Amino acid sequence: MSGARRHLRWLIPVAVLPVLALLAYGFRTNPRDIPSPLIGRPAAAFALKTFDGSEVTLEALRGRVVVVNFWASWCYPACYEEAPALERGWQTYKDRGVALIGVNIQDKVEPARRFLDQFRHTFPNAPDPAGRVSVDYGVYGVPETFFIDRAGRVRAKHVGAVTDDILKRHIDALLAEPA
Amino acid sequence: MRARRAALMLVAAGLAGVLAGPAAGRPVDEATVHDIAAQLRCVVCQSLSVADSPSETANQMRGIIRERLAAGDSPEQVKAYFVDKYGQWILLAPPRQGFTLLVWVLPFVGLGLGLVVVAVLVRRWSRRPRIRDAAPERVDEAVRARIAREIGDLDR
Repeated sequence: MSGARRHLRWLIPVAVLPVLALLAYGFRTNPRDIPSPLIGRPAAAFALKTFDGSEVTLEALRGRVVVVNFWASWCYPACYEEAPALERGWQTYKDRGVALIGVNIQDKVEPARRFLDQFRHTFPNAPDPAGRVSVDYGVYGVPETFFIDRAGRVRAKHVGAVTDDILKRHIDALLAEPA
Repeated sequence: MRARRAALMLVAAGLAGVLAGPAAGRPVDEATVHDIAAQLRCVVCQSLSVADSPSETANQMRGIIRERLAAGDSPEQVKAYFVDKYGQWILLAPPRQGFTLLVWVLPFVGLGLGLVVVAVLVRRWSRRPRIRDAAPERVDEAVRARIAREIGDLDR
């Protein structure tokens, strides 16, 4: 009987293998890195009223490459880091068939306005008071930036502050596609 | 007279239809809102449900749940909306189908296997004393004589 048990002793190290495999998988995955299910799908329509009082809708921008940036005035430092890059990107691309829209989420109007004044943002910015647009875009936090192609499909999502390079890379790729 | 009554009934029926119809503003059961919120992960929190989080985001998500229920969505449709936007990550309990079914089934499989192992071991352990009762092995006559001789030597 003990002979039979000795015979099965090799099973002990083998039993460790699935546990090791699970740990190897688990430790290689970043639990904060959540892929958006929206990539490749039509971007959710929205109609927002900007801080200036004008209306901005995604529908009206069909045919243009649209960059939607979700931000908040309390989001320091990331939103403050990317703010100058956003304005530079807007100045570079606004006459090349690109629209940039800032959506201010989980914020109060006054600090949001101060933020816009501080960075002299000239692209349309609108608050999303009930959070509908941010949930429609599956936003987890700020800043998050979505790149929408001319056909109105979400093509890329960037989590965290954008830089000139990141904006250029995504926008140029979408502009290079046949209209 | 009859025509008038018919017209009146028609109006009444229409009114009832408007009142009972699935129009926006249908009364929403707060318990249902809480029940759905409790199954959704608060996106800005660490391990909190939308029902338990005091954050503004969770508050807005509860508002959206309420709004969708008022518009006539079923609780399943409301959950499906959030899954559609955030993926299955948003659900606190993994769905009982496909790959995530494993999460539900494996603990019971493990428990079953453990019980089988325990049962087998207990049977073995409780059987072992009976081996001692078994008849002793036949000992060679020459060996027996040698043992007797050596025991005799010891006594001397």
